[in-house]
Amino acid sequence: MGIRERLSGNEAAAIAMKQINPDVVAAFPITPSTEIPQYFSTFVSNGEVDTEFVAVESEHSAMTACIGAEAAGARAMTATSANGLSFMWEQIYIASSLRLPIVMSLVNRAVSGPLNINNDHSDAMGVRDAGWIMLFSESNQEAYDNLLMAHRIAEHKDVQLPLMVCQDGFITSHSIENIELLEDDKVKSFIGEYKPEHYLLNRDEPIAVGPLDVQAYLFEHKYQQAEAMRNAKKVIAEVSKDFEELTGRKYSFFEEYKLDDAEIAIVCMNSTAGTTKFVVDELRSKGIKAGLLKIRMFRPFPSEEIAKALSHLKAVAVLDKSDSLNGAGGALFEDITSAMYTNKAQVPVINYVYGIGGRDTTSTDIESVYTDLAEIATNGGTNDFYRYLGLRK
Amino acid sequence: MAYNLKEIMATKPARFTAGHRMCAGCGAPVIGRTVLRALKNEDHAVVSCATGCMEVSTFIYPYTSWTDSFIHTAFECAAANTSGVEAAYKSLKKQGKLSSKGETKFITFGGDGGTYDIGLQSLSGAMERGTDMVYVCYDNGAYMNTGTQRSSATPKFADTTTSPAGKVIPGKMQSRKDLTKIMVGHHIPYVAQSIAINNFKDLYEKSEKAIYTEGPAFLNVLSPCPRGWGYPSEDMMELNKLAVETCYWPLYEVIDGRYVINYKPANKKPIEEFLRPQRRFKHMFKPGNEWMIQEFQAEVDKRWQELLDLEELTNK
Repeated sequence: MGIRERLSGNEAAAIAMKQINPDVVAAFPITPSTEIPQYFSTFVSNGEVDTEFVAVESEHSAMTACIGAEAAGARAMTATSANGLSFMWEQIYIASSLRLPIVMSLVNRAVSGPLNINNDHSDAMGVRDAGWIMLFSESNQEAYDNLLMAHRIAEHKDVQLPLMVCQDGFITSHSIENIELLEDDKVKSFIGEYKPEHYLLNRDEPIAVGPLDVQAYLFEHKYQQAEAMRNAKKVIAEVSKDFEELTGRKYSFFEEYKLDDAEIAIVCMNSTAGTTKFVVDELRSKGIKAGLLKIRMFRPFPSEEIAKALSHLKAVAVLDKSDSLNGAGGALFEDITSAMYTNKAQVPVINYVYGIGGRDTTSTDIESVYTDLAEIATNGGTNDFYRYLGLRK
Repeated sequence: MAYNLKEIMATKPARFTAGHRMCAGCGAPVIGRTVLRALKNEDHAVVSCATGCMEVSTFIYPYTSWTDSFIHTAFECAAANTSGVEAAYKSLKKQGKLSSKGETKFITFGGDGGTYDIGLQSLSGAMERGTDMVYVCYDNGAYMNTGTQRSSATPKFADTTTSPAGKVIPGKMQSRKDLTKIMVGHHIPYVAQSIAINNFKDLYEKSEKAIYTEGPAFLNVLSPCPRGWGYPSEDMMELNKLAVETCYWPLYEVIDGRYVINYKPANKKPIEEFLRPQRRFKHMFKPGNEWMIQEFQAEVDKRWQELLDLEELTNK
């Protein structure tokens, strides 16, 4: 069952793409995601995939070509990071508004400026309201698995939205880990064939895509997008269940790590969850009831479920690997606190902005967060909720 | 077979239909209709369009003037959209997933703003990659959709809303970019400059060549704009004719690098005849501004001579 391998996160993403065998890939190099199109073009050159690889002259054109290809009736994929995603920004919104299930690997990196090529989540946070499904991955295995589930979710008739699979630049993209791959034929049958209802290349039923959508219609079209995003929740749960049956690997909206009986907990995304799990284990061995909630499905955001999972805690810390520069807290913090408020989960919540521009986050850093949480759990809430972790002062 | 407009109209239904909301006297719908008529009846097309007059007036939800498949996303990337569609076509065709009847052709339209300026990068990329497509620029010499702002295609001295003819600065102070030659520099199989004159013969024939040449092709077509240029809408065809007779807009092709000038006026008309009917050049005719007309004429002469030289050079 499965193929044991050792791969970097970028290799894992490229192998997933090879097994998915998309009709079109359009991509432009940018650190740290460059290796994905690089590996993939080797598969194209060696005839291992049916894909047309479009070596575009920019990320804007990468997303535009993906839109063209997907609207034409093809499965289209791309990969990017940071400024590449920023340059795509206009087309990111258009892709979701045209309801095109494009799948992207986003290898998270700090958005300029100043220029920095290392990991944080500012790129992903910049498109969090763009109408894309966003799945985050702690490890190479998760990046691979999320990509294999992506098309089933994105192409579902009740969804038809683009989807991005995020992983941490360098931390997972360039680190080699053990991984279990699925056999090619199993991937093929799990994903199935793409059969769009309407597409540009259907000469028997020509269609027009991308109108001027005036005030009499745009509101309703936006509502349909919102509805599709709400529908995605159910579909993600279904597809994840099928995937678990096939692989034995369980994926939920989020992972609860020793959270059931925890008193204090951290909420975070991607690779930091690995470090946090290590710290949780250490604290547990000392009798401290620490836990973790790791978000996998960031868009759609599972507000109700998260609020419920956190409601029994005495204190919660939300870690944001991006500063929203709004004077009020990070993006994940705002989502979590509004989820808890609207679902009447009255728990003190603090926010840490951390890991900006690739600043290393050690187990000692994470431990200090739990120490702060323990203090709040004992002494009650604080007004000092917007904090920094690992910042030199 | 000799070109016969009546016969073409009788045997080839318009693929770009009436009911669109382009202005009366605008050159663009004439260009769109003529280009698409050059398709064989049995062939299907996927048309891509940059944001601009042509897009916002022809596909206002839920209505469309395009009988072929059509896609629009944004201003600067119509060529990249076509790249994606064409890549999908190649991939799906190879995998046997598409109907085998007829061919599908890829045609892109953009105004000068979406082509000379903001869309130049994606156009250049698509051409360099050898995309099997025709890019048609309908060049009306300014950002007409947003209200006549200057573009790099705007001729020198033209009065636009961002290069207004004022008391100190008399209109746009820079010469127009020569996009056709930039496209020639891509070494693609077919580049041509055209205009809608003489029953659209030149434009129809060049469109046919461009569509049925394998690989990338580029057509630059001058497209008068009654609002931006300032002429009565019924004078559009007359302005097209004057643009050619003055050599302001020479008709030529570059076939695999070889220049062919399609029309050399026996009596090249002075540029005033093209400038005078247009409100955007009105200030050039005020006393004391004769130098502007002289300078304009000198630029037209220089570019025409350069073209004659290139034709000679590439046909040796």
